[in-house]
Amino acid sequence: MMVNLKINNIDVTVPENTTILDAAKANNIAIPTLCYYPDLRINSDCRICSVEIVGKKGLSTSCSTLVTEGMQVKTHTPRVINARKTITELLLANHDADCTACAKNMNCELQKLANVLGIDENRFARVLEVRPIDDHNPSLIRNSNRCIKCGRCIDVCRNIQGVNVLEAMNRGHDILISPPFGKYLSDEFCTFCGQCSSVCPVGAIIEKDETATVWNALHDPQKHVIVQVAPAIRVSLGEELGQKPGTIVTGKLVAALKLLGFTKVFDTDFTADLTIIEEGSELIKRITTGGVLPMTTSCCPGWINFAETYYPEILDHISSCKSPQQMFGALAKTYYAQKENIDPASIFVVSIMPCTAKKYEAKRSEMGSTENNLDVDVVLTTREAGKMLRQMGVEFENLAEMEFDKPFGTTTGAAAIFGTTGGVMEAALRTVYEIVNKKPLAALDFVEVRGMKGIKEASVDLGGKTVKVAVVHTLANAKIIAEQIKNHESPYAFIEVMCCPGGCIGGGGQPYGTISKTRTDRLASLYAVDVAMPLRKSHENPDINKLYSDFLGSPLAKLSHELLHTKYQPKRRH
Amino acid sequence: MIEKKIISKRFDKIDPYSIADYIATGGYKPLIKAMTGERIDILSEVEKSRLRGRGGAGFPVAIKMMALAKEAASVKYIVCNADEGEPGNFKDRAIMEKDPHSILEGMIITAYATRATKGYIYIRCEYDKSIEIMRHAVDEARKNHFLGLKIDKIDFDFDIEIRLGAGSYVCGEEFALLESIEGKTGRTRVKPPFPTSVGLFGKPTEINNVETFANIPVIVDMGGDEFAKIGTKSSTGTKLLSLSGNVNNKGVYEIPFGIPIKTVIDELGGGVPDSRALKMVQLGGACGPIIPRYLLDMIIDFDRFDEFESKTGSGAIIVMDDRWDIFDILLRNVDFFKHESCGKCAPCREGHNQLARLLRKFTDRKATVKDLISIESLARVMHQTSLCGLGQTSPTSIISTLRYFREDYIDRLESLEV
Repeated sequence: MMVNLKINNIDVTVPENTTILDAAKANNIAIPTLCYYPDLRINSDCRICSVEIVGKKGLSTSCSTLVTEGMQVKTHTPRVINARKTITELLLANHDADCTACAKNMNCELQKLANVLGIDENRFARVLEVRPIDDHNPSLIRNSNRCIKCGRCIDVCRNIQGVNVLEAMNRGHDILISPPFGKYLSDEFCTFCGQCSSVCPVGAIIEKDETATVWNALHDPQKHVIVQVAPAIRVSLGEELGQKPGTIVTGKLVAALKLLGFTKVFDTDFTADLTIIEEGSELIKRITTGGVLPMTTSCCPGWINFAETYYPEILDHISSCKSPQQMFGALAKTYYAQKENIDPASIFVVSIMPCTAKKYEAKRSEMGSTENNLDVDVVLTTREAGKMLRQMGVEFENLAEMEFDKPFGTTTGAAAIFGTTGGVMEAALRTVYEIVNKKPLAALDFVEVRGMKGIKEASVDLGGKTVKVAVVHTLANAKIIAEQIKNHESPYAFIEVMCCPGGCIGGGGQPYGTISKTRTDRLASLYAVDVAMPLRKSHENPDINKLYSDFLGSPLAKLSHELLHTKYQPKRRH
Repeated sequence: MIEKKIISKRFDKIDPYSIADYIATGGYKPLIKAMTGERIDILSEVEKSRLRGRGGAGFPVAIKMMALAKEAASVKYIVCNADEGEPGNFKDRAIMEKDPHSILEGMIITAYATRATKGYIYIRCEYDKSIEIMRHAVDEARKNHFLGLKIDKIDFDFDIEIRLGAGSYVCGEEFALLESIEGKTGRTRVKPPFPTSVGLFGKPTEINNVETFANIPVIVDMGGDEFAKIGTKSSTGTKLLSLSGNVNNKGVYEIPFGIPIKTVIDELGGGVPDSRALKMVQLGGACGPIIPRYLLDMIIDFDRFDEFESKTGSGAIIVMDDRWDIFDILLRNVDFFKHESCGKCAPCREGHNQLARLLRKFTDRKATVKDLISIESLARVMHQTSLCGLGQTSPTSIISTLRYFREDYIDRLESLEV
């Protein structure tokens, strides 16, 4: 059913159950918003999107009000404009508005709103009560002095991730968005997924900026500084630098990182291929020797943190493989060091990841030969990488494309799709199927495990046995499969778990403004990368095979075990 | 005599701890009549009565009842809002402490008409005596088979649970109240959906004020048409008033709608003590308008109150004599709301703090013309954009005094320079 209404005296027809906000947007008027975020629940707390409906006394929030037949909406009357300005001034009066000293400067929705509304003075007194900053973890910084209590972080943490670390404490103007009892994120059950930082409209939750450490390393003559780039970065860094969502920038990003001064630019896709060999072998071993099943993937640090904290009972079910990032770090300081004859202690490994939990993962004590020599030295998010390129003044679009360096440069399409939900599963199936069944796959694409559905299932024939597999993304969905495993009710043999919506393409460290549409664009691009690759199965990567023959021996063998596998610990952090 | 006692007819005449007293004075007869005897159509009687909610907003009760009755859910709730926390209001307390069963009977009849399965009475925790009496009344009603399984031997199960607030004013707001019953922080929800479709624990729910429920047995007893003859065209029936402030006889009074405020103050309240002049009256409570003496001929009627755009209809009348400074009252009101705002929506959360600061500039005689413009603008924005009734109505005292006592503001300006 279609509904006819007037917006600013112009006739408009939209489907029923459309909000005024969407109806206006469909007719080329973007009503200003602040707490509204397309993928989250409507809580209409900020009241910025208020509009006038003829015949109604008060103003109505366009995000939460549905259109009705004959409705007459006015989006920009003086009364409405005054209300929006007044509320924005109220928010600014209780906000650390030292904009030039904020990581979100020029990227802040409150700042943009103030600009759009033309606020040039604030009638209200500054009432900010300064509160301490929580920077007691390796991933995220919470600065309540910048918080405008929009509720997005609470919603994403509670309803998308099912983790529920944040809540509005106190009431009235004393309200404080915080872990319970004012504790730190590190005290509570935070997984450091960073989804809160990705939806925060202001600078109240941001990743811990480590760009300065990288600049220092790049200019330290004692250091051999190399960088690895995660699968999802090649379809999101361009967007961070102003290109369309999903733009594939693989060659340009190599060139850009060279310009920054990295000695070698490597591809985490290489260790993604390696993960498939190790994890695939582990899966086959578990299936054939009666090992613990189902086995879940282990590349996602948000999932590892979640399982260690909430499901310590199921840790045996998680593959012992380190994540591709950590496999890379381990090989960089052994295999690569030996090959290039460099002192491992001088090698400085930087990762560019779509993720804030990777910062935490890199700092885990298990992830290095000693605590002072971690395998990965610094993790930068997509956003931080973009920041460095802007600082350098790199004219990204003009760069000539370059190739990743050897020996971690030859990769397959299977590795590229690690960056999306379903990708690790599909990559694993391409390999495991061929190894077990000893025949080539007829069709490489496992379409059942693709797409944005929260829990996806598929069945594969392995050695005459039908094996059920599942793919989940978001921790709320992970909780469902974790409960099944805990209760010994899981019907699956193998489960891919990614903590963020859409997998790493929707990671907490990805460009601001990530919504369903941008995730879908990035996802489509990763599959395009896959199709364009000459090799699409991890076990066909010649450099992986060379790595085994020259260095590791065989999958799951002693050295592989030492360098590429790890253990998980139950966590009680409060 | 201007009083008309139909809700308060048993006040001080029966023992509130005695269900026998209640029954002996005609109590639970309407219930039996509704359920078994004449099998009257309760919904249509309430509709004919044109009863409007007594909590303040004056929403037609039949609309809510019919909406709930239409819902097909197997679990539906009736909630009685007894979180009487609006400063200046104490009439619900009088009903609870003097005629508790009239509330229960109203709830049971409503439940029967709407096929609701369970009732809650949400009482503010400070009302010790009300809580004790209501608990006792629920027990007695259960023992006498007016509550519980197979009420009065017909095929209808309904029981009532008493829940206590923890002192938060905003929990009198219907959604915050439901959140509180659910064990969550008392903060309102986005409307729609309205409680009659998605209410308590996500189930269809009808929420009414104590006095509203107490009216239901009366309507069933006398019939909707007869009830509608009492009062005025837009406001039928009677209203319990909480009369306080500078009057000789403070207390709860019941009058038919349509009586002028002045008559209430003079005849029931016995006028202002010490022969002082009446300066102003605040209607409805702290969230209501402050009006000057020359408006007191106004009759008590929902539609007349509508012009103040606040929830004036709860029946509080706070009389203030000529010793009062409006800013003392305004600051007291705003500080109260600043403390009680839940903090969910921006205009209410941040606005009260700024209103209080601006008002203090007036009391300190430091205000500028710009401050006068700011306070007016802010009060109106809060009124128009706040998410729930708290922030929508709390600026009413400022908006109304800016209208009727503007000279008091201008007197306090530091200078008249613009």
